Amino acid sequence: MKVEAMINEKVRNMPPSGIRRFFDLVHEMDDVISLGVGEPDFVTPWHVREAGIYSLEKGHTHYSSNAGFMELRHEISQYLNRRFALKYHPENEILVTVGGSEGIDLALRSLVGPGDEVIIPEPSFVAYQGCTAFTGATPKIIELKAENEFKLTADELAEAITPKTKVLIMPFPNNPTGAIMTRDELAPLVEILKDKDIFILSDEIYAELTYGEDHVSIASFEAIFEKTVVIHGFSKAYAMTGWRLGYACGHPAIIAAMTKIHQYAIMCSPTTAQYAAIEALKNGERAVAVMVREYNQRRRVLLDGFRKLGLECFEPLGAFYVFPSIKATGLSSDEFCERLLMSEKVLTVPGNAFGQCGEGFIRACYASSMENIKESLYRIARFLETLED
Amino acid sequence: MDQGKGMFLKMNEVLEILKKNSRFTDEEIAVMTGKSVTEVRQIIKDCEEQGIIAGYTTLVNWENTKNDDYITALIQVKVTPQRGEGFEKIAERIYKFDQVSACYLMSSGGFDLTVIVEGKSMKEVGLFVSEKLAVQEYVMGTATHFVLKKYKEHGTIFKEKEFDDREVIFL
Repeated sequence: MKVEAMINEKVRNMPPSGIRRFFDLVHEMDDVISLGVGEPDFVTPWHVREAGIYSLEKGHTHYSSNAGFMELRHEISQYLNRRFALKYHPENEILVTVGGSEGIDLALRSLVGPGDEVIIPEPSFVAYQGCTAFTGATPKIIELKAENEFKLTADELAEAITPKTKVLIMPFPNNPTGAIMTRDELAPLVEILKDKDIFILSDEIYAELTYGEDHVSIASFEAIFEKTVVIHGFSKAYAMTGWRLGYACGHPAIIAAMTKIHQYAIMCSPTTAQYAAIEALKNGERAVAVMVREYNQRRRVLLDGFRKLGLECFEPLGAFYVFPSIKATGLSSDEFCERLLMSEKVLTVPGNAFGQCGEGFIRACYASSMENIKESLYRIARFLETLED
Repeated sequence: MDQGKGMFLKMNEVLEILKKNSRFTDEEIAVMTGKSVTEVRQIIKDCEEQGIIAGYTTLVNWENTKNDDYITALIQVKVTPQRGEGFEKIAERIYKFDQVSACYLMSSGGFDLTVIVEGKSMKEVGLFVSEKLAVQEYVMGTATHFVLKKYKEHGTIFKEKEFDDREVIFL
């Protein structure tokens, strides 16, 4: 028997990410400007790195409790209260995870199984569908619309709900569109959800990265607080992607269920990262503010650049992505990105990698230096000129 | 707490950008800050007039020019303050020399002024100190410290350009 055929069917049938091909191409090219990878170009602030190093020097190299150091959970609790008016008890409502991604996986595995439906608004992070499928539950896609600036509307939500709906994923601020949801825009969704037995899995990993308007957590609505799991982490806000540290917050029963899986699969999150994260929460506000201000400047330059090139684009107010339409070029997203990469060595990601409704768009990440952004706009302009011939 | 959104005055964001890189054009700064070009020009003009922007300069790492005939020294100067003038007059006599690139009044028990001098050689700086600085009336003593290596200046770390060696990951 072939080994391939022996692999778990659910995993075997999962298509590999369509974008892998691009990244393989990039690997063999020099001088590529990447607006592709969704991670900060900043290095973790020194005072945070230094705290991690110090913990190693002191020989703090052991496990923490399964849920994470109490001091860290305490800091998380205070931070969420200070920034988003959320109240979670460090003892039993917060679980420190290996990145926000683990939190998403744990929450889905704890909440759904075969026969359940998970509503996933798209375009969005690729892991939602994958993690849902691994549980045996069925992803139910809502195709968000460009004319709504890729926000989720009450009508779209109401239409997607069935008796089988168990979880709604709320991916805002959004990867890949940069869309955010304001309090006024969340309120009608809460009206629909408050009397239903539907969990809300709110992925707020980009919560610190909003521009002009502070992030509002859907968990701050009293009516649905108990049914909401908030996913957050250190990767995007503190430029700590490689440390792999995030956390999940929610009702004690949900966190207990998630902790059960976490303790068998992971035991506890890396402790060096936990020590560094304590420092990040205690003293990191200034560094975050500096990075956010810098992102905001790059955001405006990239958005302005795309618009001047005639690529239609709504103003993204969150995360670090711009999501322009490339429909005017007559190319598909795949063609556009591949030809742009091959001819001008600028890496962007086809919008359809984040769901079929992302077709006709590309994702450009502005977590790259201002020089890179300016140079890539110059190259994209040159690329667009060749299309006109 | 406010994460710096709106907490910065209009002027400050423009100043921060220029401080980082004064070669950004007015048009570029306008896009970066979401202001009109006219507004940016007005802010810069006001700042120049009020002496908030005191000048524009380029940060040179002379070490990388490969000619080592360039040296920086930090000189501590002990002076006797003058009646009615305090330290102002003697400071002025010192900072007016072209060789002096910076001059600060310090709060220190040991000395009063810190003078940064740039010159072509140790000898040249040494001669400047002995012939121009130390002999000034009211200067009671000097201590000269030569800079051997500059690691960081004006917030910029002097080191070889680092390349982005991040591996690709799909997310």
